[in-house]
Amino acid sequence: MALAVVVVLLVVGSVIFHFTQLYGGPWYFTDIAADWGTIDLTINITFWVTGFVFVVVNLFMAWCVYKYRQKDGHKAVYEPENHKLEVGLTAFTTIGVIAMLAPGLFVWAQFVTVPEEAIEYEVLGQQWQWQFRYPGADGQLGFADVSHVSESNPFGINPEDPAGQDDVVVNDPNMHLAVNQPVHALLRSNDVLHNYTVPQFRVKMDLVPGLVSYLWFDPTKEGTYDILCEELCGIGHFIMRGSVKVESQAEFDAWISSQPTFAETQSMAAPNIAAGQTAYAICATCHGAQGEGNSALNGPKLAGQDAWYLERQLKYFKEGVRGGEGDTIGSAMVPMAMTLADDNAIRNVAAYIETFTDTPAPTTIAGDIENGADIYDRNCAACHLDDGAGTWYTDAPALAGMSDWYFVRQISNFGAGIRGLHPNDNFGEQMVAMATAMDSVEEINDVAAYINTLR
Amino acid sequence: MAYVPLADRDHEMEMHHPHSWVEKYVWSQDHKVIAIQYGSIAVFTGIVGLALSLLFRMQLGFPDTATFIDPSFYYQAVTMHGMIMVVYLLTALFLGGFGNYLIPLMCGARDMVFPFMNMLSVWVFLVSVIILMASFFVGGGPTGGGWTLYPPQTNLAGTPGHDMGIVLMLISLGVFIVATTMGGLNYVVTVLQYRCRGLTMMRLPLSVWGIFVATILALFAFPALLVAAIMMLFDILAGTSFFMPAIIESGTPLDHNGGSPVLFQHLFWFFGHPEVYIVALPAFGLVSDVLSVHARKNIFGYRMMVWAIIAIGGLSFIVWAHHMYVSGMHPYFGFFFATTTLIIAVPTALKVYNWVLTLWEGDIRLNAPMYFAIGFIFTFIHGGITGLFLGNVVIDLPLSDTYFVVAHFHMVMGVSPVLVVFAAIYHWYPKMSGRMFHSGMAKLHFWCTFLGTYAIYLPMHYLGFLGVPRRYYALGTTDFIPQSAQDLNTTITIAALFVGASQLLFFINIIWSLRYGPKADPNPWGAASLEWHTPDTPPSHGNWGDSLPTVYRWAYDYSVPGAREDFIAQNTPETEEPTVDEQHFDPDQDKSLADA
Repeated sequence: MALAVVVVLLVVGSVIFHFTQLYGGPWYFTDIAADWGTIDLTINITFWVTGFVFVVVNLFMAWCVYKYRQKDGHKAVYEPENHKLEVGLTAFTTIGVIAMLAPGLFVWAQFVTVPEEAIEYEVLGQQWQWQFRYPGADGQLGFADVSHVSESNPFGINPEDPAGQDDVVVNDPNMHLAVNQPVHALLRSNDVLHNYTVPQFRVKMDLVPGLVSYLWFDPTKEGTYDILCEELCGIGHFIMRGSVKVESQAEFDAWISSQPTFAETQSMAAPNIAAGQTAYAICATCHGAQGEGNSALNGPKLAGQDAWYLERQLKYFKEGVRGGEGDTIGSAMVPMAMTLADDNAIRNVAAYIETFTDTPAPTTIAGDIENGADIYDRNCAACHLDDGAGTWYTDAPALAGMSDWYFVRQISNFGAGIRGLHPNDNFGEQMVAMATAMDSVEEINDVAAYINTLR
Repeated sequence: MAYVPLADRDHEMEMHHPHSWVEKYVWSQDHKVIAIQYGSIAVFTGIVGLALSLLFRMQLGFPDTATFIDPSFYYQAVTMHGMIMVVYLLTALFLGGFGNYLIPLMCGARDMVFPFMNMLSVWVFLVSVIILMASFFVGGGPTGGGWTLYPPQTNLAGTPGHDMGIVLMLISLGVFIVATTMGGLNYVVTVLQYRCRGLTMMRLPLSVWGIFVATILALFAFPALLVAAIMMLFDILAGTSFFMPAIIESGTPLDHNGGSPVLFQHLFWFFGHPEVYIVALPAFGLVSDVLSVHARKNIFGYRMMVWAIIAIGGLSFIVWAHHMYVSGMHPYFGFFFATTTLIIAVPTALKVYNWVLTLWEGDIRLNAPMYFAIGFIFTFIHGGITGLFLGNVVIDLPLSDTYFVVAHFHMVMGVSPVLVVFAAIYHWYPKMSGRMFHSGMAKLHFWCTFLGTYAIYLPMHYLGFLGVPRRYYALGTTDFIPQSAQDLNTTITIAALFVGASQLLFFINIIWSLRYGPKADPNPWGAASLEWHTPDTPPSHGNWGDSLPTVYRWAYDYSVPGAREDFIAQNTPETEEPTVDEQHFDPDQDKSLADA
């Protein structure tokens, strides 16, 4: 009896819950931003067919449980089979299945057929970043292969291929698209499986190393949407994020012309180390003449740090991405970075710092090395490598031999959300998430103490 | 020499009667002891899997509260939970546990055909569990690559347990498959060759049919996993490139070339999809018997139920790539696999109708096992219809890899089979132990489990609609996921903790009743199938005393007009009770294997 009532309540409750979500509840599909309304329609058809079965079968079952519960003098009916009923139910189910499958296959045929007017672009996934490439004026993407991948050519574009020279490369995880222009996304991975998902576009597909997969859609609504990775790709899977901005054709054209072509990235003039040396004079006060660092003046060691990382951080300070609210010590860097007039000046300084002899910074932090090693190996080594050397590939700076007190301060800042959450900090949010692997100042010290052994 | 069925050579067969405690309870060749050993190891492993799930639910519901759950541990817990529950709990429990206990008893046999191999099977299974558990204690810990173990990610530096963890996992799976094969051959041969006189295939209880067909699936499907595991071990240990294209690990190009990660997925799911039915078909069978007995009514449409089991088993081998719609395989495959997948819904739906129609015009005894069986119908309908969303290829585009998938497969192959496990344990407990369990406590256990799991999984579907991805340690910041999604996650975790804790009711009940429960009647539910008509309860070694039973009718003679009671045991001769519907169940018209 109670069971029958509960089944009825669950059916009614589920249906009510569904309709509250369908009409304004917070937990239903986000507003669609691509021309895939047909997918949503197929979902609705499936809801009506399966919903009908869910309600009818369960209510019938509840009624049976109530009506045919054991009673004195009551006996079950002996009826092994009922051919007519079974045939009828088979036919009914078959019709229901066809009603769902037919539109599904029809829409799938649209999905696998890329329209001719669709413009290609490439999505490159690697642990744990998105990058994008657009064909240049020739409308063609150059051949690319893992064997060509390097810090200056992260896409692995074949330098010999003329079609690749004018390709526009976007080395950060933010891409743009023109509204109402169908696009054909070619998906490629340098390492493991990833999955290119924008919930508002409704379609997704895996990126598979060794082959090129694809999907297509027609963005119909301007706005900025999150790109997520939805195929488990290792420890950083949940923080592999990007964004796509859908904007007018004019805005898109302006944006893409401001991005460098592959040829431009390959033919940049060598940095001027002498100019960098001049500019560094102001830095030496806090960071030391040889970039050895000075804890009393809050200047971390710079010698031995990768140039790409120094450049990025200097830009961040300059643009107010770092050193903002809450970061009282870091804010001192903002006016310093301002003294560097442009990107070239930043490159020059970073190149000069790379010439310093790298001697490990003094050890100032003590902690439980064993615990630090455990935390580091489990959570940090994936990006910063086992030896703490860091690598451009995962956007991870060197840690080994660098200032340990600075490490502790920065992890604390990430943990407190002081660093890494600026909307233009494309890489810092990953550290905000990973900093949770260290639960207390003691644990951060433990990791710092362990990193001190890696030199 | 003419073929003489095994059942007619009973006097020639020698039972290996145990001579010591160790032979009786440790190195036992008695299928009933082996069943309990299999079940106990599986349940113990399952408790580890359950505990892991509660830990990672803590991280999702209350982020960063349980401080030792870092991203690395989270992925390891998720991975081990999945593999343990699917393979080491459910597969082992249904085939090794229920298969072992019920097949010989329901077939009127003295034991399995190969008792020694049966004993080997359970001990090899234990070895596989020990290897699996060992991975928690090696450097780097167990693999965190997801239970699907997709390369190249599982053996690359960015994944927890990429060195020893994944190697131990693959070896453990290999050993498990050896155990399953030894057990599985036994179950199949026993069903085909060791049925007692008069027991045609079309007179078998559906429990036997479900386990029988599931075992055949296992024998065909597990080899695909075995070769995948061996190939991956070669990739890791010998530097081959079966699944490894030219790729970069942490900035360094690897010395691999030309392999295909998608090939692994095909092999994995060629095993993985039948695996769903390896779990589901025994559950279908067991629940059919529980429903029929407690409704005092024959299972509705028996022959259709048998053919549905066979049809589902066959179809389950040609639907595997519906797990791979967005894997980057050729998209044209989508047409074929969406079609086969939705076709499989037809026999599956018919089974559901027949369960409900078994209740219709019955005389339903709401005993504890029946609660679980009816609860199963509800959760299985729910899990089945969400499968129609994911199977219909275009709907998989938005929903794949979201919480909708997690909710779907937990409803259909987590909650539903587990409800059947409980139904079956409560149902056969009086026969297995000779004692009755506490009925009130069992019903309380039902309410907590049934309502609690629905509170977990109904909202989880909506996280999936919203687009929340699965396998995320933390949601981070996005524009489309509202803060209330976190509140929903918290609610789900609270429900999960509640369900986890309420399983204590089950363990307390069955352990306490083992000693203090009232003595059980040999056939407390008034069931017709053979296992309830053994001379001893619990059945002694050899099951049937001096002579094997002879079967005269099918297993579902309930409420037959003109019968003295509301059931007729399968071994009651036609002379004593009305015969079954001859048109349907006359053994002379049955062209099944027994008459060969």
